[in-house]
Amino acid sequence: MPSGVTVQAAATGSPPVAASLKNASVRFGSFTAIENLTLDVEDGAFYTILGPSGCGKSTMLRLVSDLIPAATGEVSIFGKSTEEARLAREFAFVFQDATLLPWRTAIQNVQLPLEIGRKRGVKIPVSDKSPSELLDLVGLSGREDALPHELSGGMRQRVAIARALVCKPKLLLMDEPFGALDEMTRDHLNMQLLKIWQETGVTILFVTHSIPEAVFLGQKVLMLAAHPGRLREVVEIDLPYPREIKLRDTPEFTRHAAHLRELLETC
Amino acid sequence: MTMVDKANPGSVETDESKLQALEEERRFERRRKFEAVAIPITTVIGLLIIWQVGVRLFEVPTYIAPAPSEVADKLVTEFPILLANFWPTLFEAALGFVTGNVAAVLIAIAFVHSKTVEKAFFPIAVFINTIPILAIAPILALIFGLGMTTKVVIAALICFFPTLVNMVRGLQSVSPQTMELARILSASKSEIFWKIRLPSSLPFLFSALKIAATTCVIGAIVGEWIGADLGLGALILESMYNYRSPMLYATVFMSSGLSVLLFAIVSIAERSIIRWHT
Repeated sequence: MPSGVTVQAAATGSPPVAASLKNASVRFGSFTAIENLTLDVEDGAFYTILGPSGCGKSTMLRLVSDLIPAATGEVSIFGKSTEEARLAREFAFVFQDATLLPWRTAIQNVQLPLEIGRKRGVKIPVSDKSPSELLDLVGLSGREDALPHELSGGMRQRVAIARALVCKPKLLLMDEPFGALDEMTRDHLNMQLLKIWQETGVTILFVTHSIPEAVFLGQKVLMLAAHPGRLREVVEIDLPYPREIKLRDTPEFTRHAAHLRELLETC
Repeated sequence: MTMVDKANPGSVETDESKLQALEEERRFERRRKFEAVAIPITTVIGLLIIWQVGVRLFEVPTYIAPAPSEVADKLVTEFPILLANFWPTLFEAALGFVTGNVAAVLIAIAFVHSKTVEKAFFPIAVFINTIPILAIAPILALIFGLGMTTKVVIAALICFFPTLVNMVRGLQSVSPQTMELARILSASKSEIFWKIRLPSSLPFLFSALKIAATTCVIGAIVGEWIGADLGLGALILESMYNYRSPMLYATVFMSSGLSVLLFAIVSIAERSIIRWHT
């Protein structure tokens, strides 16, 4: 049935699909982390993913990025299997921890994806921006030769974002990337991420545990429920872009946030 | 400068007080550095004086405990002999250091890549490590004879285990997220090894090498005790049997100097290779 819906949607001229999950389930032994997840991720959109702990937010990103196999169902990215998409570098991942190699400078960390993967048959696509231009884009020009321990937590995360963009991915998977940062830094990086999204047109799946962050960034909020992890609701956030920090003080913003909080409490 | 001074004498004052504060800070810093060196040196000199006076005061015979002045005298007058015995021990210790650590690193790599190899050989490695080095030395002497090989093997053996354990830990110290990153980048096993695992292990390796830098000297000296006519170990035994205690002390001093030398070389190498903090 769901496949019929997709075909129909495509036929009626809906935007192309970046990632598609059909009745996908993930199991760890007898534990069901995700059950029957069906979802089409629109190309070019910004999705935030919200849900109580144990709802499989991170698992969902790991399923899409071919880190964990689906027990049942299907996952495809731009019509390819997740493995094919991985080998084509269709997606990139930004972790909660910047995960930089501490012996490499900022620019060498950004270059890492260009050096790895050929042996496994990856044809490495190159971004139209060079690694140093990408560091510029994330606001780190002049810090190319700094080692990770010489950078603040926010700067390290920006290096990680530049590294994710170096192969010009069409889908960016972000797993609570700003969760460990202080609020000021987080606001700043939220703005920067929106700018990058608008400049590059990349599709973003962004896991967060912050309701304001989910509303501020996303066009759509995927609300997941726990035990087992499943899709509860897709909430549209009809606030116009470009969004400014002061948007958070508007009644529309508060209304969305309150609605999500209510949903979250009943998840 | 003078123009500004004339125009605004107030700023001169603040400049001067700033300079004064800076000067004060510098003086404080200099004092702290001076104290860090001066206090331990004073303590050592004090202990040496107590030793010297004590030995003379209680008329301790030289063969039981020599005065520091006698030891210093031997260090100067017998320096050529000490040096002639220093080189063989340095050579054995250094060769043992290289052999033992290379073997440990290679086996650690094998362990990390194959659980079967680890299961098969790790208990043996632990067992060999539990045998006291002094107890295994005669066995090695029977196998390798009384030449240099025995000393090198003992020195290698004593370095081996700490490096093996540390290197295995170092190679496994890659965070799960970094491994996920490698998987998303479709990294091959060799790419993961050369670009991620090996550099991650270097801080662990160097802390093991610093241990090995001092223990390999112990290994070489123990080897010389089993049977040798040259080397610091041989000189220690010879001095002891002949009650030449100033010479014995001077030799021990040289042995400690050898450990310090090897330790310093490893530390310098570490500082030039590992510029990052984790």
